[in-house]
Amino acid sequence: MHEFGLVISMIDLAEEAARKEGADVIEAIHVEIGALSGVVPEALEFAFGGARAGTMAATARLEVTYIPAIAYCATCQSEFELDNRFGIAMCPTCDTPSADLRQGREMHVSHLEVA
Amino acid sequence: MADPVATRDVRVSPHGTAVTPGARVVQVQKSLMTHNDGVAAANRAAFEGCLVLNIVSSPGSGKTALLERSVRELAGDLRVAVVVGDLETDNDAIRIHAAGAPSVQIVTGTVCHLEAEMVARAVDQLDLAGLDVLVIENVGNLVCPASWDLGEDLRVTLLSTTEGEDKPLKYPRIFKDADAVVINKVDIAEAVGFDRERALDAVAKVSPGTPVFELSARTGEGMDAWLAFVRERLAAKRG
Repeated sequence: MHEFGLVISMIDLAEEAARKEGADVIEAIHVEIGALSGVVPEALEFAFGGARAGTMAATARLEVTYIPAIAYCATCQSEFELDNRFGIAMCPTCDTPSADLRQGREMHVSHLEVA
Repeated sequence: MADPVATRDVRVSPHGTAVTPGARVVQVQKSLMTHNDGVAAANRAAFEGCLVLNIVSSPGSGKTALLERSVRELAGDLRVAVVVGDLETDNDAIRIHAAGAPSVQIVTGTVCHLEAEMVARAVDQLDLAGLDVLVIENVGNLVCPASWDLGEDLRVTLLSTTEGEDKPLKYPRIFKDADAVVINKVDIAEAVGFDRERALDAVAKVSPGTPVFELSARTGEGMDAWLAFVRERLAAKRG
């Protein structure tokens, strides 16, 4: 349950960017959450509901884009999508585990909608 | 009770498209870890004079036992301090303290990992300038601590023979990011049917090239190579 701390960071980043643009209200925060980031989107949404009061994002929507985990298999020289959320990266073609994770750890604020 | 949050599951990223009529789009492209990573960088600067280890493992694999013995054996000529993270109790800090090192307990409550800021506050209670080695014992958890940089020099992932040889395959990130892997409780490996080859193979597959130290913190077997590694890395950091 570290989502609350992440949400505080998220609102800080959003307010900073919105102020820089001279905006008054944040209408939406768009985040990208990787499948292996350890972040549970439902917990993020729950934490956001508690943390947004009194901020520029007090009425904002939270838009979560899930980024699937993709690893690279050195044996097959190809990328594959992990079929689980636990980080087990077994190549579906040759059954070799891969440590070369190319995508899936993201925890980013991508963009905002402001007014 | 907080208001329910309006959410929408957008499976395809709508980069740059405003859903709300009349709203403007502002690009941010920043990690939620920005704050932690900033504090970790400040920690790293403050840790300039000493070697800092971040020890991660499952609960019960012997982090505290490893630290007790390491502290006892290093304390003869090196100044060692320990920061211990646990959900509750200061039992571990008391054990470390009894072994002869100053220790600071961080009680995380419900938080499943240590963050850079918790470590920054904890080390305020230590004389960093007088230290050679600082060990941070993370909360017992193979998932969450992987995401949080604390400002350490070395991340050490500990695995014990009672846990099953495929742990590295099940939790590859925490093994992949490790600078060293310690396999503890080798004294009871046979009794618990630990398959050494499979475990080493699993580490090598997930984290190729990472040094592995097989030891027993209880009997002391294998401790020499581990302690020599710590001393080497300290010497290397100090140039």
